[in-house]
Amino acid sequence: MAEVRLRNVRKSFGKAEVIKGVDIDIEDGEFVVFVGPSGCGKSTLLRMIAGLEDITSGTLEIGGRVVNDIQPKERGIAMVFQTYAIFPHMTVRENMAFGLTISGAGKEEKKTKVQEAARILQMEHLLDRRPSQLSGGQRQRVAIGRAIVRDPQVFLFDEPLSNLDAALRMSMRMEIGKLHQTLGTSMIYVTHDQVEAMTLADKIVVLRGGEVMQVGSPMELYHEPANLFVAGFLGAPSMNFVEVKVEGVQGHEARVSAPALEPITVATKGRPIVAGDTAILGIRPQYLRPVADAEGMLHGTVELTERLGSETVVDVALRDGSKLIAALPEDTVLERGRNVGFDFDPAQAHLFPREEAMADAPH
Amino acid sequence: MASKLTQSNRAGWAFALPGFGLIAAFIILPFFFAFGLSLTDQRLVSPNATQFVGLENYRDMLGLGLVTLEPERDEAGEIVRDEDGLPQYPRVRTITRSDEYPQYSGMGEWFSWSSGDTVKVVLASDVVFWRALANTLLFVLIVAPVQAACALGLALLINQRLRGINVFRALYFMPVVVSIVVVSLLWRFIYDGRDGLLNSMLGFLSFGAFEGHDWLGDPATALPAIMAMSIWQAVGFHMVIWLAGLQTISPTLYEAADIEGASKWQRFRYVTWPGLRNTAVLILIVITMQAFALFAQIDVMTNGGPLDSTQTLVFQAVERGYGRQDISGGSTISVVLFLLVLTISLIQRWLTRERK
Repeated sequence: MAEVRLRNVRKSFGKAEVIKGVDIDIEDGEFVVFVGPSGCGKSTLLRMIAGLEDITSGTLEIGGRVVNDIQPKERGIAMVFQTYAIFPHMTVRENMAFGLTISGAGKEEKKTKVQEAARILQMEHLLDRRPSQLSGGQRQRVAIGRAIVRDPQVFLFDEPLSNLDAALRMSMRMEIGKLHQTLGTSMIYVTHDQVEAMTLADKIVVLRGGEVMQVGSPMELYHEPANLFVAGFLGAPSMNFVEVKVEGVQGHEARVSAPALEPITVATKGRPIVAGDTAILGIRPQYLRPVADAEGMLHGTVELTERLGSETVVDVALRDGSKLIAALPEDTVLERGRNVGFDFDPAQAHLFPREEAMADAPH
Repeated sequence: MASKLTQSNRAGWAFALPGFGLIAAFIILPFFFAFGLSLTDQRLVSPNATQFVGLENYRDMLGLGLVTLEPERDEAGEIVRDEDGLPQYPRVRTITRSDEYPQYSGMGEWFSWSSGDTVKVVLASDVVFWRALANTLLFVLIVAPVQAACALGLALLINQRLRGINVFRALYFMPVVVSIVVVSLLWRFIYDGRDGLLNSMLGFLSFGAFEGHDWLGDPATALPAIMAMSIWQAVGFHMVIWLAGLQTISPTLYEAADIEGASKWQRFRYVTWPGLRNTAVLILIVITMQAFALFAQIDVMTNGGPLDSTQTLVFQAVERGYGRQDISGGSTISVVLFLLVLTISLIQRWLTRERK
């Protein structure tokens, strides 16, 4: 029983409010990722759950118990930091047993618990080394080991992979995923990396400016972004946004057009789209299919082709001068300067009201 | 590297030359001079030619002897006692001036203690030197740990984010900026036997019960008084070094300790203190060296008195070399002090080495 519930949680530093009323439910055994651009408050939120920052208002429950005013140690959590936070003067073994040393546990208990954690992380051979003799990935493993030894109800990870190089990041990401499967404990993971969020999470919480933008499974967020911010934040390359004119609205569908776009009908999904307004049409680069210029729904000129092997990313200047990015399968060659048309399924496109874009200043 | 340093770097050497020259003239040469002069009978000004005397200076200075004095007995073999019932002993002079014991000739009594009916007397050929050495060692033994600990305490207090904490930092650091000579002069007034600040304060706090004490005039309190002042004067400097050490410790380590539920003491024991290891080594060595060099306070406050109770090695070196124009004697003390400090620093380094 270790679900975590945040109810209207707020945090202010002086007059600046950094967490503006957050409600999140994390079920027992769930892997939840807080994701968002830097300064969105995701780390602050995690530190509030850990007890390293006070909660200005609202309630935080862990395992059915309000823990707002409870010391970190009593909350049943363990935390892994971006900078590892392992003690340089202690061996790996001493580092992992640190919590037990603090609480005055016996030698035998320390030994068995450390051995068990080391076995899970496959690092028995490193136990007598010092942190200075370890690589970054091994150090982070020690930090995770220390967390496992605590036997917490909830694991908290604060950007644990950000200090590692790309190759190591990927293998450690997989290890953390496996660890979650092995232990089955609730985990809260903070990152700014959407790949980590997409691959690890059962549930993603997208944050911006101290507010929750959307909560859902990775695929929900990818296919049904609730707003322009989430749409633009998840997915690489990020979603194309085309400014369109709303010609008419009929029921749950709107007919839109733009200088570079043939008129199409898109579902409004209950969003406030009004005829005569400007709106934003979002299409993922992967859903664009190149066709002859005359046949496509979008029209433009190829500006740059980046061939990655598994896909080809094409920069296109649309007829009205705006930019479009298409991610084409494998080795599709489109030479520079060629006029090209793109086709897509309107069911895979999203229509957002213009006001959201104004608030966002697209990146 | 070596070839680049020596060949294609003439301008560089030219730039370095004035600095090297000054260092050579004022540090390196005098250093070797001290060794050389300590083996001669060089005086500051003397009509006689300097002569090489080998290790005689060291013998004259370091010579020690231990004699046991038997109580005087009458013809029946009974111990002769005075009116108070205390046994009578022959005077030390009868030994040091007797031809029977040439090895003790010229020595004086350093200290003595009774064991049973006999008295053991430690003789020294240079009693003032040995007093100076003992005082210096005592000064180092007390000042180094106390000053380091006080400085660490202050640094921990000051390493907090509180409003106005900078005022305290400045306050504690202020004595460091003031010249030690000025500080010593001021403290001479504080310690003054008649109406010094310390006596006035103690008198006030004890409602007049405290009658006043001549702190620097009493052999029992003169050295402790100078120790207290010296600790106060330099504590701010070491506080700043500790503070620098404290600020290199990552705050995340403290957070990790908090999450494990460490108490304040455990935070210090497991995070702060290990993190300050290198700083501690530095501070210990610096304080030890500074303490061995004790001079200005003595020169300004007591001149080594009363009754040689505040003699120190550096003060004696200067006193002999320039006061008595005995350059070879001053050099000998300098060399002994150098070897002493070197040995202690090496021992400290060995004790505080990084254990693999």
